[in-house]
Amino acid sequence: MATEAPRTEVELPLDDPRALSAVSLIWREAHLLDARRYDDWDGLWAEGGEYVVPIDREATDFASRLNLVYDDDRMRRMRVERLTGGFSISAAAAARTVRSVSRFVVTGREEDTIEVCSAQILVGYKREETFVLAADVTHRILFGTDGPRIARKIVRLVNSEDAVTASGFLL
Amino acid sequence: MTHPYSSLVESDRVAGTLYTDPALFEREMDRIFHRTWVWVAHESEIAKAGDFKMAWVGRRPVIVSRDRRGGINVLLNRCRHRGASVCETPKGNGNGFTCPYHAWSYALDGTLRGIPYPEGYEDVVEKKDLPLQRLKVGSYAGMVFASFSEDIEPLEDFLGGARLWIDRFMKQGAGYPIKVQGEHRFRFNGNWKIQLENTTDWYHFPIVHRSWMASVDAETASMLSIMTDESAVTHALGNGHSVSISVQEHADLDVDDGTEKLQDRFSHIVEELSKDKDMPPEKIRRIVRSLHGAGFNLNLFPNVAMSMSFFRVLRPVSVTETEIRHVALGLDGGPEIVNRERLRIHEHFQGPFGFGSPDDAEAWNRVQRGVAGGIDMPILVNRGLGREKPNDLGQPTSHATDETGMREAYDMWKRMMTDGN
Ligand code: FES
Ligand SMILES: [Fe+2]
Repeated sequence: MATEAPRTEVELPLDDPRALSAVSLIWREAHLLDARRYDDWDGLWAEGGEYVVPIDREATDFASRLNLVYDDDRMRRMRVERLTGGFSISAAAAARTVRSVSRFVVTGREEDTIEVCSAQILVGYKREETFVLAADVTHRILFGTDGPRIARKIVRLVNSEDAVTASGFLL
Repeated sequence: MTHPYSSLVESDRVAGTLYTDPALFEREMDRIFHRTWVWVAHESEIAKAGDFKMAWVGRRPVIVSRDRRGGINVLLNRCRHRGASVCETPKGNGNGFTCPYHAWSYALDGTLRGIPYPEGYEDVVEKKDLPLQRLKVGSYAGMVFASFSEDIEPLEDFLGGARLWIDRFMKQGAGYPIKVQGEHRFRFNGNWKIQLENTTDWYHFPIVHRSWMASVDAETASMLSIMTDESAVTHALGNGHSVSISVQEHADLDVDDGTEKLQDRFSHIVEELSKDKDMPPEKIRRIVRSLHGAGFNLNLFPNVAMSMSFFRVLRPVSVTETEIRHVALGLDGGPEIVNRERLRIHEHFQGPFGFGSPDDAEAWNRVQRGVAGGIDMPILVNRGLGREKPNDLGQPTSHATDETGMREAYDMWKRMMTDGN
C-alpha cells in the first residue's frame, strides 16, 4: 500500500463508511495525545502496530536507517510507561500541546485496511515559549473484529532533517 | 597584573556569568572556536571524491569536501564576490560549488574556477587570488578537525593524551572501520559549556536517566552501576580533554578475559551471525561485546565528545542557545543486523524523542534558568577534589562521578581566554 504524500486524484471516499470511521479515530487519537492520556492512546493500537517518526522524509525502509521514533509494541509501551511513570523530568515538565489534524486524503484501500494521509499542526507551549511543529501524517487503520485500530502511523515532520526540539510529548 | 578574566575560573568553581555574558561569548568565539582545532566531520561522511557536507566552526559555516586527489578540504561557505553562501545542501556529491547569485564557480578544493562574463574583470581580478577561504585541516583516526589559525600546533600534539582513547574508541568497530549512520539534532536554551560539562558527568546519570534505566534490561542497567563502582574513574588528559570510564571491562575492547557473559538481549544477533560460517565464535563475541560502544566517554575540547557508541557534537549558537548532534556509528562493511541493532540502541536513548536526551536537555535548560537567577553565585566544580590523584601517566584522576573533567576543560578555557591579551 502506498505511503507517499497524497496524490491529488484521491479524496475522502464518502461512500465508504470506513473512511469516516478512520478519520474519527485519528481525531480521537489527537485528543488523547493532547490530553496526555497515553494509556488510553496505547489502546487505539492494533497488535504489532508500528509507530515511526523518520528523519529522512522520503524514507520507506525505516529499519535500515536512523529515525526519531521507530517503535514496535514493546517500545511503544515502554514509551507510555516513561511518559506516565513520573521518573522523567522532561515528561513531568512537558509542553502543553494543542494540535489539529486535517486535510484528510485516503491513499489506499484494501479489504481490511484503509490508509489516510493528513496534515498535523501542533502548537506547543512551555516556559514562556510557544512553538509550532508541522507534519504530514500517514495512518494505516486496520478494521478487525474489535473495530478500527492503528496498525501503522508515520509522522513526517517538515523540519525532520533540521534541529527538532521536542519537550516531553508525543506526535 | 592578573588578567581581568582569570578570576572567573578558579580550581574549584567558575563564575555564573560564564553562561550568561554575551561579551564573554563573543570572546569565546574569537579566542577558542576560531583559533583552536574544532571537529567538523568523520571521514566516512566524505568517503568518496566529490563528497561534501556542511559543518560549523564556531559560528562560521564551512564546507568539508573530498577533492579528486583524495584530499580533505574545509572551506568557508562564503562567496568571494559579494558573500553569498555557495552551498546549502547539507551533504552530497558534486564537482564543486557554484554561487547562485552571479555564478562564480569553485572547485572542490575552493579554487575559483570560473567567472561568467569575465570582461568586466580584465585587469581587475586574478582568479587565483580569490579562492574560498581555506581552513587548516587535520585528521586523526578518521576524525577531521579544522582551524582558522594558520600557526596552530599540530593536531596530534593538541590531542595529546586523548589519542590513546580515540584509538580505543574506534575498537568498537570490532575489526571493521567505523562509519557514520545518521544523526539526531536538537537545540536547548542554554550555554554551550553546560553540555561540555555533561559528557564526563556520570554523577547525573542514574538520577536524570532514571526513566531510561527503568526501560532497559537489568544487565544493561547494572553495566552502568557507576556510583558504587570503584573502577569507574575520570582522567584529565590535558588541553581541556578528559575521559570518564563507566565500564572498565570495555575500556579496551580488544582485552577479554572470557568471564563476561554476553547479554541476553543480543542472543538473536548471536544466532543470526552464527549461521555465517565465516564468523567464528570469537569474532561474534567480539562484535557483541562492542554493541554498546566503548566503555567510556571521551571529551575533546571544545566541541566533540566520543561517547560510548556515538559522537556528541556541540555548536554554540548564542550565549544562551546550543545545538547538539548525536551521531550514530556503525561498522563499515559489518553485518547488517549489527548496524541495525546499533541504530535501535541509538534511537532508544538519543534525539528529541529518545528516552535519555530530552531529560538531559531539561536539566541543562534548568541550569541556564537557575544560574540567571543567582548570577553572583559560583558554579561548583569541586566534587572529588579531595580524592583526586595522579595516575601512572601523571594525569589527575578521580572517580567517574567527580568533576575532574570539568576542571580540566575550564583550565583550558582560562588559558585560551587569557593568554596574550
Ligand atoms: S555573490 Fe557569489 S557570485 Fe556574486
Ligand atoms: Fe545525560
